[in-house]
Amino acid sequence: MKHLRQLEDQSVFILREAYKNFDNLAMLWSMGKDSTVLLWLARKAFFGHVPFPLLHVDTSYKIPAMIEYRDRLAREWRLNLIVGQNKKALAEGMNHTKGRVECCTALKTQGLKQLLEDKGYTGVILGVRSDEDSTRAKERYFSPRDKNNEWDFRDQPPELWDQYKISFPPGTHIRIHPLLDWTEINIWEYIKLENIPFLDNLYLDQGTGKRYRSLGCEPCTFPIESTAKNVDEVIIELRNTKVAERAGRAQDEGRGMEQLRKDGYM
Amino acid sequence: MTTDTTMKERMNIVIVGHVDHGKSTLLGRLYADTGTLPIGKLEKIQAICQQQGKEFEYAFLFDAFLEEQQQGITIDTARTFFSWGGRQYIIIDAPGHKEFLKNMVSGAARAEAALLIIDALEGVRDQSKRHGLLLSMLGVKQVTVVVNKMDLVSYREDTFKGIEKEYRDFLNQLNVTPQYVIPASAKLGVNIAQVSPETPWYTGPSVLDSLAHFSLETTLTEKPLRLPIQDVYKFDARRILVGRITAGKLKIGDRLVFSPSNKSANIQTIEAFNIDPPPTQAVAGQSVGITLDEQIFVERGQIAAQETDRPLVSTRIRANLFWLGKRPLEIRRPYSLRMATREVPCEIATIHRIVDANNLNDRQTQSSVQRNEVADITLRTKTPMAFDLYTSFETTGRFVLVDDYDVAGGGIITESVPDEQESFRTEARERDSAWVKGDVGTADRAKQYGHQAAVLLLTGPDTTAKGFLARKLETVLVAEGRHAYLLSPENLQRGLDADLVETKPDEVIRRFGEVIRLLTDTGLLVICTTNAFPQASRHLLPTLQTLVNPIPVITIHMAKDLTGPQPDTDLAFAGPENFDDCTHSLIELLKTRGILGESSRGQGEFQFSI
Ligand SMILES: Nc1nc2c(ncn2[C@@H]2O[C@H](COP(=O)(O)OP(=O)(O)OP(=O)(O)O)[C@@H](O)[C@H]2O)c(=O)[nH]1
Ligand SMILES: [Mg+2]
Repeated sequence: MKHLRQLEDQSVFILREAYKNFDNLAMLWSMGKDSTVLLWLARKAFFGHVPFPLLHVDTSYKIPAMIEYRDRLAREWRLNLIVGQNKKALAEGMNHTKGRVECCTALKTQGLKQLLEDKGYTGVILGVRSDEDSTRAKERYFSPRDKNNEWDFRDQPPELWDQYKISFPPGTHIRIHPLLDWTEINIWEYIKLENIPFLDNLYLDQGTGKRYRSLGCEPCTFPIESTAKNVDEVIIELRNTKVAERAGRAQDEGRGMEQLRKDGYM
Repeated sequence: MTTDTTMKERMNIVIVGHVDHGKSTLLGRLYADTGTLPIGKLEKIQAICQQQGKEFEYAFLFDAFLEEQQQGITIDTARTFFSWGGRQYIIIDAPGHKEFLKNMVSGAARAEAALLIIDALEGVRDQSKRHGLLLSMLGVKQVTVVVNKMDLVSYREDTFKGIEKEYRDFLNQLNVTPQYVIPASAKLGVNIAQVSPETPWYTGPSVLDSLAHFSLETTLTEKPLRLPIQDVYKFDARRILVGRITAGKLKIGDRLVFSPSNKSANIQTIEAFNIDPPPTQAVAGQSVGITLDEQIFVERGQIAAQETDRPLVSTRIRANLFWLGKRPLEIRRPYSLRMATREVPCEIATIHRIVDANNLNDRQTQSSVQRNEVADITLRTKTPMAFDLYTSFETTGRFVLVDDYDVAGGGIITESVPDEQESFRTEARERDSAWVKGDVGTADRAKQYGHQAAVLLLTGPDTTAKGFLARKLETVLVAEGRHAYLLSPENLQRGLDADLVETKPDEVIRRFGEVIRLLTDTGLLVICTTNAFPQASRHLLPTLQTLVNPIPVITIHMAKDLTGPQPDTDLAFAGPENFDDCTHSLIELLKTRGILGESSRGQGEFQFSI
């Protein structure tokens, strides 16, 4: 338990730095386990309040239960929820059959970009973790993105001790990553420790011998074989598995993720 | 609450060393040989290597970017997760190329221990030493050295011993003793996950086993308290001060003193979300929220401590600094210094010497520090800051310098250099801690008056109508219902200063400052001019600031015209102009600074909170 409190203390510190130093701040919430833990950590950091808007980039292909859950928590926790959508791409019929990377780029990366531009956010908090894929392993806690939302991983600014990048030229923004040091197991351990409401219908086996390990769009996310019916069983399963978490996420194949993230994907 | 306890500890370890000496390979091998890689990962790397017509490279497991794999080089640090023996490690793979030193430093700054890799064939090289030096500056005291690629020197003991001696001697000068020096071959897995027969003369642990010998820092809690204030929240009825305890511990009822303001109050509650019952104490490492029993002035950047052991305060510090900036560090260029949660403008006063990482000798004194160099410097901050010496407190004893938008260097504080305010600062501190208070606090007064206390100081050459504006300000403020008072320094001459037979400018200023301090303590807005101090006016401002600290001193400069360089003040006016406008701008400034409430006589929404 101590290791979870250590992770919590670090993430809370980062969230408070973000809140202090960015006038126009927002947090991305995909309703998945990571960004929900992140949202919970914000409530920790700000004593039950969430003093910035939560952004959901809605691709329209999300599993319906996710939307229901989103709206329920938004009400109960008095969240300022802002939903963005790349309406133009959707109107032109964008979907995964036009290419997964293309679809992600249009609906998520572009959708996010539009939302950021419209609202002029200069700080965006995201729940990415280093153990998700090897490009995320190279992220800074505070990571600058240029005018085109692109990530210049070749030339990232130094990050020393607890001093983060909080100043930046106009037109650029900073991605803030409080969960970089958390593993997938840590997320579940913390959900259990704090009793955080999560999408149990999707993340746990409902008697079909399958559950989702990672949630994305319906057509591109596949459940895994699993009989884990509660959080304890999920943790035990993860301790013993050697399958990567995002194995069920189609856009990670080949160099898909590297290209996506360079272009501003979360 | 039942939660898993098999994973009790977390530890961050960094792998450093000269370029190509085998850091990433060693890490890859460590994962592969302990069976901790996800399914299909090795096959994926195998395919990439085949495609590029290369031999299998374990390094590609973490050198994930196409550029990294094509060039066979690590560009940026990777965080990897490794669980072993009840510990959850984050192992950080740092790049060795000189070009990416800023990335190496970013990785190493997060670590508690380091594996330093040296190629047995190439021996100790530039970055082997520079990384060693930086580790000691970054606070990474536990180091294990791995002499890698032993396969290339036929596992010869004498080669190993030679490198071991050379590097031990080097670390010795930095007061670092390596825990182990391990001969290994990362590529062939020799002495990585287990001790192997290739080095029968070696009796120490494998790299994997050596990890368990790194210990976690536990003494931090035993130190005196340091809580750098991160922010002050007022989301609801509570006024919560938040921050991360960097040393020591605290509990409800403890008396805290805030530096450099010297204000003090007791901890009333420790606030937390979803913790029942709420905590009554907290220790180093925790991010906390506390409320105080009195609404004293507290802002981000102050450091809370116990009365008996406070941080140092000065505008001058001596430090060892490493520079990573795109352009060289130069004397008298403006930088921003960030220490814990404090940020102040600063400049470099002196560059004493540049440390040559290769032989730790001094180089000739210079006027600039180049990228990747380490230097011994003295710097000057614009306003006083609270800090510690690095040897006694790590977190409040180190800082970064920001050049433009980027963190460009880091330093550890080796010495507090007294500045000319030293004696006044001691006086103010001792006076404040012995001050006998009534029951009415500063916040109560501010609420009643509709404003906080402040000093409005008018500066500038003669005949710019400073006195006229001062009188007008007093009139307008009082007419608005504010509690303002114009104090002309001459008024002290025949009274309080009557015993000062000889001219003692410092003493005159000190007494003037103490009188103003008394007036502001009653909640007044005190207006004064530099008229009576033509020669000493340069000392007047800093001394006033020290003596009335933390009450703000707002400076208004009256110039004949605004051409040429102007002093750095809050407001500046040129020549005889429209005095109504001047008064109006000043009142607006006081409102934006939160000194004046929106309306007078306390009925407004004015809140004493920052
Ligand atoms: N013969 C031999 N080659 C090795 C050994 N360890 C690493 N190498 C090779 O040395 C080269 C560099 O290895 P890396 O692991 O990429 O070196 P690095 O220290 O991570 O390099 P940077 O991160 O770029 O500083 C690779 O071609 C490795 O295969 C070893 O023990 N023996
Ligand atoms: Mg490497």
